[in-house]
Amino acid sequence: MRDFAYARAQSVNDALAMLARPETALLAGGTELLNWMRIGIEGPARVVDLTHIASLGEITELDAGGLRIGSLAKLNDVALDPRVQRDYPVLSTAILKAASAQIRNLATIGGNPMQRVRCQYFRADEATPCNKRRPGSGCAALHGMNDRHAIFGWTDDCVAVQPSDPAVALAVLDATLITARAGGGRSIPARTFHVLPSEDPSAHNVLAADEIITAIILPAPCRRSAYLKLRDRESYEYATVSAAVALDMDGTTIKRARIALGSVAMRPWRLDRLEQRLAGASLQAAAEGLGLDEVFADARPLSDNAHKVFMAKHAVQRTIAAAGGLA
Amino acid sequence: MKRRDTLHLTVNGVDHALDLESRVTLLDALRERLVLTGTKKGCNRGECGACTVLVEGRRVNSCLMLAAAAAGKHITTIEGLSTGDQLHPLQQAFIDHDAFQCGFCTSGQIMSAVGCINEGHTKNNEEIREWMSGNICRCSAYPQIAAAVAAAASEKGHA
Repeated sequence: MRDFAYARAQSVNDALAMLARPETALLAGGTELLNWMRIGIEGPARVVDLTHIASLGEITELDAGGLRIGSLAKLNDVALDPRVQRDYPVLSTAILKAASAQIRNLATIGGNPMQRVRCQYFRADEATPCNKRRPGSGCAALHGMNDRHAIFGWTDDCVAVQPSDPAVALAVLDATLITARAGGGRSIPARTFHVLPSEDPSAHNVLAADEIITAIILPAPCRRSAYLKLRDRESYEYATVSAAVALDMDGTTIKRARIALGSVAMRPWRLDRLEQRLAGASLQAAAEGLGLDEVFADARPLSDNAHKVFMAKHAVQRTIAAAGGLA
Repeated sequence: MKRRDTLHLTVNGVDHALDLESRVTLLDALRERLVLTGTKKGCNRGECGACTVLVEGRRVNSCLMLAAAAAGKHITTIEGLSTGDQLHPLQQAFIDHDAFQCGFCTSGQIMSAVGCINEGHTKNNEEIREWMSGNICRCSAYPQIAAAVAAAASEKGHA
């Protein structure tokens, strides 16, 4: 690990001032940054520790309904917050299915969507072609080991997937990420926070180098929501495929369905066309797969991951059933 | 901004002032500077759980925390659990249930189990196994580990 200078920020403005210098990295939970520095993915000259800004760890209710979750709130604290458990089961479940108990005690809700792809070529100790690691070097996974890679939205330049579980829940809830930046922050929809390779194969997300996520806003409660994670091991493993569903119901009829898949693309993959198709449909029909084949006609599996198409379809059906109370 | 600094760590109730580079992890500070080698360095990437310690009472992977970030905090390692020769109930439970073979993961397992019981995630075998999944045992002593955690939780009135 390259030597670096360390300082604790006392406030967001303090952090922004330090972040204005080049080669400066932000430290939140550290569960990614320390590994990036070990592998050589990042080698900052300065590290600014955000974790002593107490106000960034708070979870507060919004007058208009919804929750404001400070970006430094620990994953376990968010998942086990009674308001999150009651009003946003999709998020609580997605978090508790992520990582391990001790990692969730370190990792933060604002840092989690910043995690980078788990592609073995991106994370390799030795130099392998990877357009995210060394832009222009190619994509070793395209014709290499790609069983855990994308079935939607990939290009020849990058076939990796964004692995975050919470990000899928945030995308389906239409959450927004609030940022701070010198000259003014912004509000970023969670569903477009990550960058597809067609936009920029070297990018991970839209956050600027001098920008800090300060909070996540969850809009109105969605108690009929669920998350399903399918993986090689039952616990402490990244998803092969995951599904998040949020339903607004009128009896047994779906008024509005929001559906996203995880670990199938470089961003949580909202199924907009299926959502439109299911508006007004019966819950039973949706859980039996109404409209699914049409949506999955767009899927483009790689050489070793056709199973993800099958798994994703079933994940959607099972998660609709769970969110609607059928399962 | 400092490349090295004198850091104050309170480990098992004892205050230490250590002159450390900013890049030193809590794990390396414990093992290499304080010679508290009960905390194990397995994967050094947050994958195995062997380095689990308590920081302010919460279990964390000490390989994923900078010593600088832990400065000023209370840290508990496996060496801080027993009272003299009196073993901590979890240490005794691991012996009673034969919950290890090679023993490399054991201190991390026990520290994680302290956290797991304090958090109240011990209502049945499934819950224990889920909340202990961050600690890998390559001898695969999982059934005995879960039994030891259940027994210690029960003794504490948590199950």
